[in-house]
Amino acid sequence: MNKPADIHRDDEASKTGMWLFLFTEMLLFGGLFVVYSVYRYINPTAFHLAAHELSVFIGTLNTILLLISSATIAMSITAIQKKNKKLALLFLCITLLLGLVFLINKYFEWGDHIKEHIYPGSAILALRGQGDVLFYGLYFFMTGLHALHIIIGMIFIGVVSVLIYKDKINSGNFQLHENSGLYWHLVDLIWIFLFPLFYLIT
Amino acid sequence: MEPTESETHHIIPYRTLLIVLSVLITLTLISVLVTQISLGTLTVTIALLIAAVKSSFVLRIFMHLKFESRFLASMVVAVILIISAVIFITLLDYLYR
Repeated sequence: MNKPADIHRDDEASKTGMWLFLFTEMLLFGGLFVVYSVYRYINPTAFHLAAHELSVFIGTLNTILLLISSATIAMSITAIQKKNKKLALLFLCITLLLGLVFLINKYFEWGDHIKEHIYPGSAILALRGQGDVLFYGLYFFMTGLHALHIIIGMIFIGVVSVLIYKDKINSGNFQLHENSGLYWHLVDLIWIFLFPLFYLIT
Repeated sequence: MEPTESETHHIIPYRTLLIVLSVLITLTLISVLVTQISLGTLTVTIALLIAAVKSSFVLRIFMHLKFESRFLASMVVAVILIISAVIFITLLDYLYR
């Protein structure tokens, strides 16, 4: 690690700051999980039946895509530490691509629901009762907020890729790269819970 | 139990990452298969247990908490405990209202 004496850098603080931010993210989604548990407890049958309408196949596929993308971003950090810039960039590109495929799947999934007039505020959905309205309201809000995190994560990873390309991030200075990894893993972590709660528990 | 690990930056080998990835995918497929069989209330418990195991892998290896300081790891545990406590207390309120 050759850092010029005039530039102050504190990787440990940067990492701690990132984690503190991730804690607020965990509490944000935690709050939504509380809402989910209560509404599920009040409307067990409606949640049970509504969850049947989600495609387990697309849900499983998206889960696996996110898991692979989590592994590839972790591998890109290993690569940058081993001074392999090209491999690090390749792994980041794969991560971005997997994130994009995840969003495309989500687009088709939401599109199918919206075609069937299932969306928050839909009059046809309202006819199906309070339980369905709550289930789909939570479904669209939580997966939507998660998708927003995917988009932000992809922008973050994009910035990191450019910095690696310009050698601003290298084997001696990769905390930002690691922070983008932490963010991406958190997004994966949230999906690990969203997936069984919406797609599997029927 | 590795006190000096946080001093020099720990590099996680590709092999470890690939093994963890295959474990995570296997656990995902198991949770899908298990929930397709109707086990009643047990389904919820199993699905959430598997999710908890998966997240501990992500936190410990991918987010390398295993190699970080105790302080950071215990903060993460505290946040998880806060969320669980809030869910638990809220549900108690609804169960015994």
